[in-house]
Amino acid sequence: MTIPAITSLEVEPARTWRHVLSVVVRDPLSLASLVVIVVFILMAVFASQIAPYPDQGAGKTNAGNTMAPPSRDNLFGADKLGRDVLSRVIVGARSALIIPIFVVVFAVSLGAPLGALAGYKGGWVDEVIMRITDLFLAFPSLLLAMAIAFALGRGLDKAAIALIVSWWPWYTRIARGVAVGLRERYFIEAAQAAGVSDAIIIFRHILPNTISPILVQATVDMGTVILAMGGLAFLGLGTQPPAPDWGLMVSEGRTYMLNQWWIATSPGLAIFIVVLAFNLLGDTLRDIFDPRQYR
Amino acid sequence: MQRLEFIVRRLLTSLFVLLGVSVITFAIARVVPNNAAAMYIGPKARQEDIDRVTKQLGLDKPLPVQYLIYMQELTRGDLGTSIATKRPVTRELTERLPATLELLLFGMFVATIIGIPLGVLSARSQGRFLDIIVRMISIVGVSMPAFFLGLILQIVFFRNLELLPLAGRVDADLRFTNPLTQITNFILLDSFLTGNWITLKDAFLHLILPGITLAAYPTGLIARMTRAAMLETLEQDYIRTARAYGIKQHVIIYLYALKNAISPTLTVLGLTFAFALTGTFFVEIIFNWPGLGLFTVRSLLSLDYPAIMGMTLFGATGYVAINLLVDITQTWVDPRISLR
Repeated sequence: MTIPAITSLEVEPARTWRHVLSVVVRDPLSLASLVVIVVFILMAVFASQIAPYPDQGAGKTNAGNTMAPPSRDNLFGADKLGRDVLSRVIVGARSALIIPIFVVVFAVSLGAPLGALAGYKGGWVDEVIMRITDLFLAFPSLLLAMAIAFALGRGLDKAAIALIVSWWPWYTRIARGVAVGLRERYFIEAAQAAGVSDAIIIFRHILPNTISPILVQATVDMGTVILAMGGLAFLGLGTQPPAPDWGLMVSEGRTYMLNQWWIATSPGLAIFIVVLAFNLLGDTLRDIFDPRQYR
Repeated sequence: MQRLEFIVRRLLTSLFVLLGVSVITFAIARVVPNNAAAMYIGPKARQEDIDRVTKQLGLDKPLPVQYLIYMQELTRGDLGTSIATKRPVTRELTERLPATLELLLFGMFVATIIGIPLGVLSARSQGRFLDIIVRMISIVGVSMPAFFLGLILQIVFFRNLELLPLAGRVDADLRFTNPLTQITNFILLDSFLTGNWITLKDAFLHLILPGITLAAYPTGLIARMTRAAMLETLEQDYIRTARAYGIKQHVIIYLYALKNAISPTLTVLGLTFAFALTGTFFVEIIFNWPGLGLFTVRSLLSLDYPAIMGMTLFGATGYVAINLLVDITQTWVDPRISLR
């Protein structure tokens, strides 16, 4: 007779941040992705110091240099208004990369507490909050964002608000899932017995436990949000000219693509590389935190 | 009868969701803008027009009354009049639907016939070289902006290789040399039904590049999902039993495992549809494809407010319908679902 293996005593692997970092650093692709992301963020932060022509990056035209092909002066060529494409890609990283990071941060800070509240309280509070998320998730996200950005009027700030409104329900769902599992645990019951208020239980004891799954999801989502932001800008709903933005630059260079390919190529590649890096990193994080789902 | 009960319950939920969708679109259309009446008329609004529309839409009445007026129009299928074309939005959308559906269905078809085998292949060689290659392909697929991929494909296949047409649904000359009788507005179907083989071939060639561009994202998503579902299934006891009986590996994978792994893959098809639908905005503008996406993008540029709001409602309704369809299909593929 065989004795079944004891599986219920499996020790949960230590998933401290030190452990996560060590896994990421040991995997060459994830390490490369992390480096790419950090480099692009630094580039966006120090754009005015790095860009060869910061004023052109911001929008100043340079009439004598229209459509100049890549050369030593303009490494990535110049656009139809003679502006240095490299400078515009560097300055454009602010709205194309930094703003999406803020979008995700705001969507998390709106969605996660609501989800924690729903999962912890249960009952009608849970029902109301979750049905509201259902309604928002009934729209294709980009379609909803497009409609809201359009109704608010054009502009980077409006596009950012539109994306936050379309993305928060995802984090509500995740936080709720975690909170439901925690509700019956002893440390929560102990806190309740000690007379700790609901607000403190949610913010001190439940929300911190949702951080890991939400961080994984947020990393995976970063790529999608950057793509969505690029898409809105491409449609003319994000950054307004003459300010630079990767999606907008692809849209501006699109008509010249067959001959002056350099105008749209480098901003398009920039989006692709950053999104790829976030997706690769997100994939690795998901492997670490949720080894069952994606092996 | 559990299946019937499940379908009825699912239909009711969808109705509730649609009602909610109407509330949200109402809020976006009438409450969010600073001056909804002015937006509704367009950039050249005169005061008397604004007053007229304010009255017509009931914008001077309390919100619940406004919503009832809005719903009344909706139930009549009235989405307002397009500012740019001066024609009913409902008509503009339904006329363009076949072109977009043709593109969407072709894209989803490509994504499915490439994505599922890739996922299976990846699961079979878990952790080995092929698995890593497929992982890279699917991550590249979901990382590539459609509006950039389309441009690259145009350069490679139109300019450099001169293999495929640049844009449009069909060559302009063919309208005169081989005119097409329009029956369904699906060019492939119409040319097939009327035996117009030259147009059929030309329309198919025009479909390839936009179809691939649209398919890139769904392909990556479907491949990842199939891989995960296959790995999950291959660990089940019945597969282990089949192995122990010495049944051949490919029989196990394609006959026994794939059938059960297909259900979670179906679930993402609904989600994939959402991405594909918004993907058509970019694909259609790049390939000058005369469908809903191109109409939406043009409406954005001309500040055609009724058209945008109509499209939002139309797209969300389509998405709800697709998800309903997917769920109902699942009860056939996986009868356990209706027991939940």
